[in-house]
Amino acid sequence: MRRGPLLLTFLSGAAIAALFFIPHYRAQAANSMLLEWTLVVYAFALILGSISLWNSHARKVRNRAEGWGFSVVTLVSLLAITALGVWKGVGEGTPVDWIYNTVNSPLASTMFALLAFVIASAAFRAFRARSVEATLLLVTAIVMMIGRVSIGELISHRLPGITEWLLDVPNLAAKRAIAIGVGLGAVSTALKIILGIERSYLGRS
Amino acid sequence: MTLQTWIAAFLTLCVFSFLYKDNPFYRFAEHLFVGAAAGYLLAVQWQNVLIPNVWTPLLHDHKLVVLIPLALGLMMLARAWDKGAGIARWSLAFYVGIYSGVAIPGYMQAQIFAQLADAAKPFAPGWGAVNSALVLVGLLTVLAYFFFSAPHKGVHGAGARVGIYFLMVAFGASFGYTVMARVSLLIARVQFLLRDWLHVLPGP
Repeated sequence: MRRGPLLLTFLSGAAIAALFFIPHYRAQAANSMLLEWTLVVYAFALILGSISLWNSHARKVRNRAEGWGFSVVTLVSLLAITALGVWKGVGEGTPVDWIYNTVNSPLASTMFALLAFVIASAAFRAFRARSVEATLLLVTAIVMMIGRVSIGELISHRLPGITEWLLDVPNLAAKRAIAIGVGLGAVSTALKIILGIERSYLGRS
Repeated sequence: MTLQTWIAAFLTLCVFSFLYKDNPFYRFAEHLFVGAAAGYLLAVQWQNVLIPNVWTPLLHDHKLVVLIPLALGLMMLARAWDKGAGIARWSLAFYVGIYSGVAIPGYMQAQIFAQLADAAKPFAPGWGAVNSALVLVGLLTVLAYFFFSAPHKGVHGAGARVGIYFLMVAFGASFGYTVMARVSLLIARVQFLLRDWLHVLPGP
């Protein structure tokens, strides 16, 4: 059952990787076309995700599960904004644009702002200078937090400079090594997928 | 003060009410956010992807080739039913294959070669050479830590140990940076409430 999809993965992966190296305009056009096709498949994957969301909340409403009233809010907002967007568009001045600026944008930024408290409380409970490694992490985090605001300069005029040094030297070295590791890992995983060695993405048979 | 400001302020307060404890106002905002975000994403995909890449080429330009991505997309929807998993596997295989193929030259160029090229440069003049040397030592020791094909013993083990220290500093810096980014958002929300909604603070 999986031989066909595995062959399709191999052909599509090998083709797009090969097309990258061919500068001929036909090859580049084929490259762009295949990437546009993936955008379409991605859009349908999002529709699939929304169907799943709809089914999950509709089931709660049908069964009158605990908090089903909130599921009605999700279903109504999902349906209303999708319908408005399909009907009136999503550009500037459209109803969906108004909803985005009034509902989505404030909710998204407030949710992320809330994370400031969550991270702070988690750090307060988890951060203990029990070893050299933990102390380094703790001290760097504190210096970074204080050094990038005005009070840091009031405490010591050297603090902003130390912050910059931490970012530009030890942080850069570690991030660079991580980036190289991630790159090597991504390339080897991609090769394993194209060659059919890695198959877990196809799920269980 | 507009209706938009009042709604945005109400939703902001609904989310902040979670700081006291989980409550119906927070759950209302949370569920509204999920539905609104999914709905917006769908509308954007419809207008920006499906209309220009499927609807217009098929119905106006009569390009039958777009039937292929359309068919692959529709096959993806079969996953909504248990028995359709086998059909959806074809779309998934195509999508994963394409992005694996894109990843090989993409990651090689953007991650591996670019980082190696920056690392393999002459040291900066003067005291800058100390920093350049530290970056090189940090890079080599962190790579030594991530090299698991040999046991971390002897010189390799000592290098890996130093690599851990560099990693801890980097994680601490990332943590501090993330906290400050969240605090900036918090300040922006409080500014919105006090300036745009309540007019307690003067305008920008």
